[in-house]
Amino acid sequence: MNDALVRFDQVTFGYGDRTVLDACDLNLHAGERLGLAGANGSGKTTLLSLIVGLHRPQHGQVFVLGRPRQSEADFREIRGPVGMLFQDSDDQLFSPTVAEDVAFGPFNLGRSRADVEAIVARTLAQLGMQEYADRVTYKLSGGEKRLVAIATVLAMEPEVLLLDEPTAGLDEAARQRVIEILLGLPQAMLIVSHDRDFLDHTATRRTRLERGRLLTLPAP
Amino acid sequence: MHHVPRSSGPLLDRIDPRGRIVAALAFSLLAAVANRPATVLAALALAVLGTAISGLRFGTVLRRLAPVNVFMLLLIALMPLASGGRAIGSLGPLHYGEEGLRLALTIAVKGNAIVLMLVALLGSLDVTTVGHALNHLRVPDKLTHLLLFTVRYLDVLRREYERLNAAMRLRGFHPRANGHTYRTYGHLIGMLLVRSLDRSERVVAAMKCRGFRGHFYLLDHFHFSRCDVPFALAALFSLAALAWLEWL
Ligand SMILES: Nc1ncnc2c1ncn2[C@@H]1O[C@H](COP(=O)(O)OP(=O)(O)O)[C@@H](O)[C@H]1O
Ligand SMILES: [Mg+2]
Repeated sequence: MNDALVRFDQVTFGYGDRTVLDACDLNLHAGERLGLAGANGSGKTTLLSLIVGLHRPQHGQVFVLGRPRQSEADFREIRGPVGMLFQDSDDQLFSPTVAEDVAFGPFNLGRSRADVEAIVARTLAQLGMQEYADRVTYKLSGGEKRLVAIATVLAMEPEVLLLDEPTAGLDEAARQRVIEILLGLPQAMLIVSHDRDFLDHTATRRTRLERGRLLTLPAP
Repeated sequence: MHHVPRSSGPLLDRIDPRGRIVAALAFSLLAAVANRPATVLAALALAVLGTAISGLRFGTVLRRLAPVNVFMLLLIALMPLASGGRAIGSLGPLHYGEEGLRLALTIAVKGNAIVLMLVALLGSLDVTTVGHALNHLRVPDKLTHLLLFTVRYLDVLRREYERLNAAMRLRGFHPRANGHTYRTYGHLIGMLLVRSLDRSERVVAAMKCRGFRGHFYLLDHFHFSRCDVPFALAALFSLAALAWLEWL
């Protein structure tokens, strides 16, 4: 049938009587970095939250990692393999120190303390952030917070990454850093961004959310 | 994974935070229940000694003591009026009683002793360390995490408040004692509450995405070190001395 990692089949969703997604189809395949653009309020964040089960479709079905997902238990299974980076890093980082925040996900996945410490060290090293382990999260700059948030997601060793405006609010140096990091990662990604130049560098395919549907755009 | 400096800085910084919290708690309890003047004065002396050793700056200590003593002054002024005992003086129908004054003074000395000791023992810990230590001391998860979350998001909330406040000022807002000002502050506080609620929902969503199911794990470990032995002995000895003064 279809070997997509993430697939929407005619998904409809709205808040109250305001429809945000209207019979929307979506496919994300392994090895792909799909860039998703769309006006403010067009429903990009909502689309991501449907993939990880923070909202449930009113019609249609969500398939993740080859299985239809409906119940909370279905979605719990995929919250390790599907990593989501939130638009505002302050929403994502809540632990006192960087190391603890990075450790949070692996601990939830039931890893042992020794494993977790190894994962934290490895993930921070992968992003060149070893010295940040004991830093206090709320005192970091915006760019540093974004990198730590990326680390917290990578520490779960995901197969798919959902990134909600990963460069929003970053300065040029931090933005370059994020581009480098994303290009070095093997995971399939769904990247929400307004930043054309950023998507030119990172996306292998592009789409746009308009009036509740995804339009296909020519490849960059 | 220690962010508690253990080999440098003032003497007290090298002591296990758990030990400091337990000692501070035990001292506060003893000082609070003490009744004999000798015990109360000894507690104050101990607290002063502790503060001197702690290496905290004099100004810092005074700043922490100031609010307590405003309250104590009120107590000394008002409490003798309400309680009986021999009158030292009177003003019309009001009698300033000796018994009340003695009580108010005792409370003032105890209060200062407790605050001084807390400042000395805990003043140099950052809140996250206190949170962790509490968790290691088997304080319920919910309470500890309430503390940690409060600290983590207080700053976010403050920045949100400052942004809103700055935006208000940039549009010509000056606080005055009038309806417009009160209404504006009402809106500001309302907006902060709504935003915090929204944020808490996003934080929970982000936590769920990382597999959260209600359990927290802490990475930090504290270790009992050699410096802790003299501290523990000194604390035990002082507390025993206080208890002896009070009950024997
Ligand atoms: N929790 C919510 N309750 C009600 N309406 C919401 C909620 N979240 C988003 N919306 C609305 O749904 C629409 C899509 O929002 P969102 O997915 O955040 O858009 P985008 O990320 O593309 O900017 C917006 O009009 C927004 O106001
Ligand atoms: Mg959005």
